[in-house]
Amino acid sequence: MLLSSVAERVYWMSRYIERAENTARIILVNHNLLLDLPRNMEFGWEALVTITGSLELFQQHYDEATERNVLRFLVADQSNPNCITCSLGMARENLRTTRAILPRATWETLNDLYAYARDNKTSGMSRRGRYAYMRRIIDYCQLLAGKLSSTMSHDQTYGFIRMGRNMERADMTGRVIDVRASNMLPSLSEDLKPFDDIQWKSVLDSLAGYQMYRRHVHVRIRGRAVLSFLLKDKLFPRTVHYCLAEVEYCLRGLPGNEPSLRILGRAQRLVQEVDVNDILSAGLNSFVDDLEKVHAQLHSQLTATYFAAPEEQAAVPIAATS
Amino acid sequence: MSIQWKDYSSDGSYDELITASGNSRVAARGVVRYIKSLSDQDMRERRDAAELAMQVMGITFTVYSEGEEGGIDRTWPFDIIPRIISAREWKRIDAGLKQRTQALNLFIADIYGEKKIVRDHVFPHDVLAKSVNYREQCAGIRPALDVWAHICGSDLVRDSDGTMYVLEDNLRVPSGVSYMLENRLVMKRVFPELFENYSILPVDGYPTRLFDMLASLSPRPADYPTVVVLSPGIYNSAYFEHSYLAQQMGVELVIGSDLVVTEDDCVYLRTIGGLERVDVIYRRIDDLYLDPEAFLPDSVIGVPGLMRAWRKGNVAIANAPGAGVADDKVVYAFVPAMIRYYLDEEPILPNVPTYLCMYAAQRERVLANMDKLVVKPANESGGYGMMIGPAASKKVRQKFAELICKDPRNYIAQPALSLSTAPTLCDGHVEPRHLDLRPFILSGESRHVTRGGLTRVALKKGSLVVNSSQGGGSKDTWIVETGDK
Repeated sequence: MLLSSVAERVYWMSRYIERAENTARIILVNHNLLLDLPRNMEFGWEALVTITGSLELFQQHYDEATERNVLRFLVADQSNPNCITCSLGMARENLRTTRAILPRATWETLNDLYAYARDNKTSGMSRRGRYAYMRRIIDYCQLLAGKLSSTMSHDQTYGFIRMGRNMERADMTGRVIDVRASNMLPSLSEDLKPFDDIQWKSVLDSLAGYQMYRRHVHVRIRGRAVLSFLLKDKLFPRTVHYCLAEVEYCLRGLPGNEPSLRILGRAQRLVQEVDVNDILSAGLNSFVDDLEKVHAQLHSQLTATYFAAPEEQAAVPIAATS
Repeated sequence: MSIQWKDYSSDGSYDELITASGNSRVAARGVVRYIKSLSDQDMRERRDAAELAMQVMGITFTVYSEGEEGGIDRTWPFDIIPRIISAREWKRIDAGLKQRTQALNLFIADIYGEKKIVRDHVFPHDVLAKSVNYREQCAGIRPALDVWAHICGSDLVRDSDGTMYVLEDNLRVPSGVSYMLENRLVMKRVFPELFENYSILPVDGYPTRLFDMLASLSPRPADYPTVVVLSPGIYNSAYFEHSYLAQQMGVELVIGSDLVVTEDDCVYLRTIGGLERVDVIYRRIDDLYLDPEAFLPDSVIGVPGLMRAWRKGNVAIANAPGAGVADDKVVYAFVPAMIRYYLDEEPILPNVPTYLCMYAAQRERVLANMDKLVVKPANESGGYGMMIGPAASKKVRQKFAELICKDPRNYIAQPALSLSTAPTLCDGHVEPRHLDLRPFILSGESRHVTRGGLTRVALKKGSLVVNSSQGGGSKDTWIVETGDK
C-alpha cells in the first residue's frame, strides 16, 4: 500500500537529488571546458543557466552572466529553487516527511550531504574549492541512489523514486542537447572547426557519457553520432530512450497506468522514429520542444493519477492524449 | 578524568550516581570508575562523537521560530554520562506504574460511563464539571478492551531523601520515547566498552510492544490490521518522534489529509490505488484538533468524521479521545484515592503532596506559603505558566496569588522538591545537574513499562526546569542488574 502523499514526496525527492547532481556535473564540465578553450572564444557561463531552465529568473536578479553570478545562482541563491543547496534542501524536506518509509541510512546520507552543501557553499563557488565541492555533491548523490537501490525493496515506493530520477534525467538530457548542441550546429555540416570536438566531448561529459560513447559508438566524436547516442542508445542509462524505458517499467507495476502509458508511448515513438539528419536540417529546437511538451504532459498525468486526492482526481481532466 | 569525586557536591540534593560521602552508588560503580580513568581530552572526544552521531542520525526536535529559514530542526542536547538505577529499585517502580495506569484507566472508563466514583463521593463532581479535558462527546462510549489511556508517560522525580515521587501523568499525547531509544543507540556508538562489562536492561523492544498493543485494538481482528501514526505534520515539535515510531513499527505515518471518512463511517487512507481501510490510529494530535465535525470546526490538521467512525467502533484511536480528563493536575491529586477505590490496594509510588486551591482551607495555606511552594496551572504542559516560589520575585508571587484567587480550580501547589542530580559534563568538567525521569507505560490486554525511560536534565546550573523547550537536555537511562538481587 502506498499513500498518494508519500508517492508524491519520494518522486520529488528523487527528482531534486538528480537535479542537484546534474547541476554539479554541468558546472564541473564547464569549469574544465573553460580551462581548455582559448581566451577569445565566446563560451561563457550563461548556457548553464539556460540548461537548468532558469534564464528568466536569473535575469531578474543579475545584470550579467559572469562566472561569479552564475555560480552563486546555481549553488546557493535562495531565490533559485533549482540551485544545488535549495534542491538538496527540498529533497531533504521530502525525505524528512517520508522517513518512516525509506531506509534509515538514506536519511543519514542525505542529511549529511545537505549539511555539507550548505556549510561549504562559499568554497564551492570559488575556483579553487569548486572541483572538490562538485565532486562530493555528485558522489553523494550517487551514493544515495545506490543506497536506495540496494537497501530498499523494489516496491511501488521505489518505483516512484525511480520514475522521479528518470523523468529528471530525460529532462536534463533533452535540455543539454538543446542548449549545448544548438550552439554548435552551424559547424556540423562543415569540417569540424577546431575545438568543436572538445565541445562535443563536454556535451557527453555533462551527461557522464563520454567513456561509454567511446566504447560503444566506434566513431570519433561527431555531432550526429553524439546526438543519436544521447537520444536513442538503449544501454546507456542517461539517454532519453533509456530513461523513458525505465519510466515505462515502473508504470507497468502501478494501478491505473493506462493514460500515463499512452503519453509515454508518444514520447517513445518521438525518439525512436526521428531521424537525426532530419533534426539537423529542420532545427533541433522544434524537436526538443516537442519532446519537452510530451514530457511535461506525462508529468501532469502522473500527478493527476497518483498524487492528487481522490475527489480531485475526477475533477482533473485527463491530459490531451492525441 | 581529572574529576575529584570527593569535591563533587550536589548541595543536599540526592545524587543518582554519587553518595553524600563521595562514593559511587553500587549500580554506578563501574561507570564512575571508568569515567575517572578517562582524560579530559577523552571525555571531550566522546562528547563530540555523541554530538556527531546525533546530527548524522538526524535526532532532532522542532522549535517554532518565525522568519528563520530551514533552521527549525535542532539536535537535542545529550549528556554522555548515563543515569543509573538498580534493577531492584526499578522492579518496585515498574509495579507502581502498572498499578497507577490500571487505576487511571478504570477512572476514565468510569467517568465516561456510570460515574460510580462520583456517586460514592470519592471524586468531587465539581472537579469534573470544570475539567477542560473532559469531553462530553465521549460519554457512553466503550472503546476496545475498555482501555482509554493506551500510552502513558508518567514523570518521576526524586526528593533529597531518595524517595521517588510521581509528579504527573501524561495521558494525552506523551512524547519522548524516541529519544529514549535513540539515546541508547548513541551510547552504544560512543561507549561500547561499558556495555561489555555491565548488564544493562535493553530498551529496544518498545516499538514491537507498541505495535502489538495497537494491533490488539483492531475492530477487524481476523485481518492483519492497518495501523497508522497520525501526526499534525512536519512543524510539530515531536515530528521526529512520530516519524521514528512509524518507521520502527513499519506502519504508515499520515497527516490528516491522508485520511478520509466516507458515508459508511469507516476511515480510509488515500493511496495511489484508491482508498484503503484503516483499523487503528495512533494519534499524536490533541483531542480538540482531531475532528473538526466534533471539536474545533476550523482545525485543518484533523479528519472530518473521525469521531463518528470511532463511536461506531469502526476504528480504534489511541489514546482514546477524552483520555486527557485524567491528565489534569487537580485530578492527579486524587490518583492515590483512585488506586484505593478501584483496586483496593495501597499506592506503591507516592504522589507529591498537593494542595488544591479549590478548597478554601488548602488555598489559605498556599497563599500563606507562596515563597516555599511551586504553583502550577491544572492543564498546562511543557513547564509553562508555573511559578517556583523560592526562586520567584515578590511581584511574581503577587501575580500568582491573584491568579489563584481568580480561578482556584485551575491551580495546585506542591512543596518545592529538590530534584535529584547526576554528574553531567558541562564546559569540559563534571558538575551535578537536576533531572527527572519519564517512563512510558503501555496498556492493552496487559501492561508494559519501558525499562527505564527518558531522563531529562536541566543543563543550567541549579535549574529545575528540564523541558526541551526550555534549555533541558537528556541522558541515557540504565537499569542495571547488580549481583545482590
